[in-house]
Amino acid sequence: MKTGVIVFPGSNCDKDIAYILKQYYKHTVDFIWHKNSIDKDYDLIVIPGGFSYGDYLRCGAIAKFSNAMKSLKSHVEKGRKVLGICNGFQILTEANLLPGTLMRNKNLKHICKTVYIKKGSLSNPLTHSFEEDEVLEIPISHSDGNYYAEKDSIKELEDNGQILFKYAFENPNGSIDDIAGITSKDFKIIGLMPHPERAMEDWSGSKDGKKIFDNLFTN
Amino acid sequence: MYIGKVNISLKQSVLDPQGNTVMKSLHDLGENSVADVRIGKYVEVSLNSNDKESALRDLDRLCKNLLVNQVIETYQIQVEKVD
Repeated sequence: MKTGVIVFPGSNCDKDIAYILKQYYKHTVDFIWHKNSIDKDYDLIVIPGGFSYGDYLRCGAIAKFSNAMKSLKSHVEKGRKVLGICNGFQILTEANLLPGTLMRNKNLKHICKTVYIKKGSLSNPLTHSFEEDEVLEIPISHSDGNYYAEKDSIKELEDNGQILFKYAFENPNGSIDDIAGITSKDFKIIGLMPHPERAMEDWSGSKDGKKIFDNLFTN
Repeated sequence: MYIGKVNISLKQSVLDPQGNTVMKSLHDLGENSVADVRIGKYVEVSLNSNDKESALRDLDRLCKNLLVNQVIETYQIQVEKVD
């Protein structure tokens, strides 16, 4: 699989995800600097976590106008996959590639801790290997992870099976319906606040991130 | 030259935890007349628009394209001519 990882000024999870994709899933990975357009055919484009453009104005608001993001449209039109983690999820909502938005956490604080998540919509094919009550341990690290969308949009997400993950036991950030991650209607565009790439190795506490990526990269 | 002034606030339907915290703090100070607090953003833009009408139109476009996230925010704009 050929993967491009977009790098913005302020991205800080780009190398982590590239390492994981190469090491565990044998992807060939190119880094794409935000000023450049996506000029090759990639199977997957990753928008990594971090603080693109210093989170100025709103998280992801400036990033959506970068050349890399503008050229993402044609990648999407070809039906190729996009994965946005944390800041990547925020950028995808700002770019209107995913519905809703990520607001400031309800407690107004940056939350950096391991949380529990479970599958969202039962019909979402990207989480089909998980049991309904199976709980995964995945780290989060964000100030703006409080997912919000109008009631109609939430209903649409539910009806179309677009909710990827929900927080389990405790909702850390005030997210509506405990939503931690969603997909586009065709399940090709994926956005999630938790960081599976930080839960892959023996030393990282949890290895549940691998279960998530196994689903995402084999379906 | 025109100065465009943009007031951005969260929609009434959207919870404003920052505003709530400030309201509670004001109540703690004994400011019992405070019924609600909403916190927003203020942006000032200098515009080389030809006339007031086009300045307003330009400013509205800037808001829709970048300054405002219309999923959660609303905005009010005004422009003033400056020399």
